[in-house]
Amino acid sequence: MHPIIKTILVRLSLGLMTLLAVSIIIFSAVEFLPGDFTEAILGQLATPETIAAFRKELGLDQTALVRYLNWIGGVLQGDFGSSFSGKGSVTGGTGGDRSRDVVDLIAPRLWNTLFLAGMTAIIAVPLSLFLGVTSALYRNSIYDRAVNVTSLTTISFPEFFVAYVLILIFGSLWPVLPTLANVDAATPMLERIQRCALPALTLTLVIIAHMMRMTRAAIINLLASPYIQMAILSGASKREVIIKHALPNAWAPIATVIAFNLAYLVVGVVVVEVVFVYPGIGQLMVDSVTSRNIPVVQACALIFAVTYILLNLIADIIGIVTNPRLLHPK
Amino acid sequence: MTDIPKSYSATGEIGATLQKRSLWARFLLDLKKSPYTARFGMVVIFFYIFVALFAPWLAPYGESQVFPAPYEPWSKEFVFGTDQIGRDILSRMIYGARNTVGIAVATTFLAFLIGGSLGLAAAINRSWLDQILSRLVDVLMAIPSLIFALVLLSIFGSNITNLVLIIAVLDSTRVFRLTRAVALNVVVMDYVEAARLRGEGIGWIMRREILPNILPPLIAEFGLRFCFVFLTIAALSFLGVGIQPPTADWGSMVRDNASLIMFAQYDLRAGLTPLLPAAAIALLTVAINFVVDWFLQKTSGLKDE
Repeated sequence: MHPIIKTILVRLSLGLMTLLAVSIIIFSAVEFLPGDFTEAILGQLATPETIAAFRKELGLDQTALVRYLNWIGGVLQGDFGSSFSGKGSVTGGTGGDRSRDVVDLIAPRLWNTLFLAGMTAIIAVPLSLFLGVTSALYRNSIYDRAVNVTSLTTISFPEFFVAYVLILIFGSLWPVLPTLANVDAATPMLERIQRCALPALTLTLVIIAHMMRMTRAAIINLLASPYIQMAILSGASKREVIIKHALPNAWAPIATVIAFNLAYLVVGVVVVEVVFVYPGIGQLMVDSVTSRNIPVVQACALIFAVTYILLNLIADIIGIVTNPRLLHPK
Repeated sequence: MTDIPKSYSATGEIGATLQKRSLWARFLLDLKKSPYTARFGMVVIFFYIFVALFAPWLAPYGESQVFPAPYEPWSKEFVFGTDQIGRDILSRMIYGARNTVGIAVATTFLAFLIGGSLGLAAAINRSWLDQILSRLVDVLMAIPSLIFALVLLSIFGSNITNLVLIIAVLDSTRVFRLTRAVALNVVVMDYVEAARLRGEGIGWIMRREILPNILPPLIAEFGLRFCFVFLTIAALSFLGVGIQPPTADWGSMVRDNASLIMFAQYDLRAGLTPLLPAAAIALLTVAINFVVDWFLQKTSGLKDE
């Protein structure tokens, strides 16, 4: 077998094992619920019978292994169970269980979050590559220093600070962009993009610094290697050296850091969605944490974790595939 | 009297430079050579520490003292106005330094205690303990820590003790990785082997043989970890699941006063109010980053290019 395929297979199976372990951790969170939890959900009026029924519905009368297999089996078929909220109506006598399926809550919001993250990626990735390459090209110039200082400062700002500064400038002092990103399925595409402009801009500013610095560092690192010296001595122009000789070998670290930052978007999106009241899955998760709606929290966490792990996996595989030493074994 | 050299002596010159400087003198010397960004960072950090320590004396009003004037504009009486239920913003900012920064410092210390000792133990052991801990950390690090913290907070409920414990445990994974990695280089040294052979216990080897030699990267990491913990706690509080009212905290202050920002067209100062606590958070992280940057360059000889 080609060694590269072998390396990728090893990495894939490692990723699968991580996914399995993460799903177990997220699932077993329920095990640590305090004992009075059913009462807290069902309200104080709950009779022992309803509590027993609720525990049975949660499957608390079965062993942990059976429950895990049921849960993960459901998840694989797109069934995340039903939400805790509305369960109290069992005692209210208004027609049984009104709780909604978690998947119905999540599906439209997941699309919104993906839209926002995708929009950010489309802006941030080319922009940071451009800034990184140009600042490596004009190293130690005023341009390079300016880009560096700006990126160092934005990297240490909390997301909500960046978000509110942008709101202050573009939403309040010079009102050109909407500050509420309350989109729904019926919002036309153009308006959706306009409403997502500020959240996407915030996320871009948050992730761009890291990507740009890594691109710059990767290229500068390569510029010290002998074959670049050779290219310079053969009379190639500065631009040619960077674009034709340095960049192809820099793809691996750059791809890694891009995937890593897209994975970081997963976390950043939570705060930004709350700031702009964007109906995404991050906001849903925070709301569910406040109301302690565990099935929804679990589902959101699983989605976030899986995205995060997959993106990191992709980054690793790109790193393996673009490594010339692995591509052409001796 | 007699030791004044009459003629040039090479040993005398070398002897003069060999005079051992005290730790303090060396520190002052380093300080003199420090870049202005690091100096700025240190001034900011000392200012924050000062405010946090003397909060009750500096604040004009009590931490959660309510006045019958919500959303009061900036004035002599209330320097930065009042918040949504009429608490003085400046006082809450000052107490916030104590709460927000204090909780973050405690959390970082706890994370280093857990991660550092386990990392050292794993590096010394290098067999079953190392394997178990490393795999566990791999899995824990596969989940974004903000998301994991949200899950755990929804299970255990949000109060300050839970917050500190959860963030400390999640962050100790990063400390573990670093400590283990740097300690592995030191564990193989002969003097560690010698200590082991003369029968020192694992505690002694950890504290007296390895720790002093891996301290610089750990100190730098402490600064960066603190920033990370500080931002995570601020983000959680901002989301409403971190530090709970009435405790004054910068993250939740931003959230509480956020609606004021839309009044910036009429009164810029009102629009700036919610940004003040956010700026306080940002300033501290920038300051720490500057200092850590300088420290790293100094201890490792690492240059940007």
